[in-house]
Amino acid sequence: MSDANNRIGEIVKANEVVLFMKGTPLFPQCGFSSRAITILEHLGVPFESVDVLQDPEIRAGIKDYSDWPTIPQLYVKGEFVGGSDIMMEMFESGELQQLVGVEAS
Amino acid sequence: MPMAATEIERLIREAIPDAEIEITDLRGDGDHYAARVVSATFAGMPRVRQHQLVYAALGGRMGGELHALQLETAVPTGDEE
Repeated sequence: MSDANNRIGEIVKANEVVLFMKGTPLFPQCGFSSRAITILEHLGVPFESVDVLQDPEIRAGIKDYSDWPTIPQLYVKGEFVGGSDIMMEMFESGELQQLVGVEAS
Repeated sequence: MPMAATEIERLIREAIPDAEIEITDLRGDGDHYAARVVSATFAGMPRVRQHQLVYAALGGRMGGELHALQLETAVPTGDEE
């Protein structure tokens, strides 16, 4: 296991809801990351975010970690959930609300 | 680096021959696409696996020369046959 893999594993374990993204929740640097943040804000759950643009090691490592080629990536309770398309589908169907333990509104 | 919609479709069909593929060039710039892929291959697979299959078909271009692909996958229903 590489260092990046270990570091990502630690982050994912330490945070119930964590989004690896480009930019920050206030200033997302990509439309897909922005969409992911909008969904998380709608859910109203506390979440951690990691700006991969500030961390080249994580930016490269996160793609191998879950065999997923793009960013953003959402992890809930240590499990990879998906990117912004899957988040959107799950939000619309109410599955995402269920996963993070909030009522669908 | 832009990529033609027909090339995206060809790569997906090569990996998932029974797929119904619908590709939309979102901005007309050959760089931002939406794809809807419907295949019986996806039956019983979690969404992440379904998307991973499509990404695998694109063979590493995703996130590289293909910047933006909004992806939707589904299993065929009676209506679409």
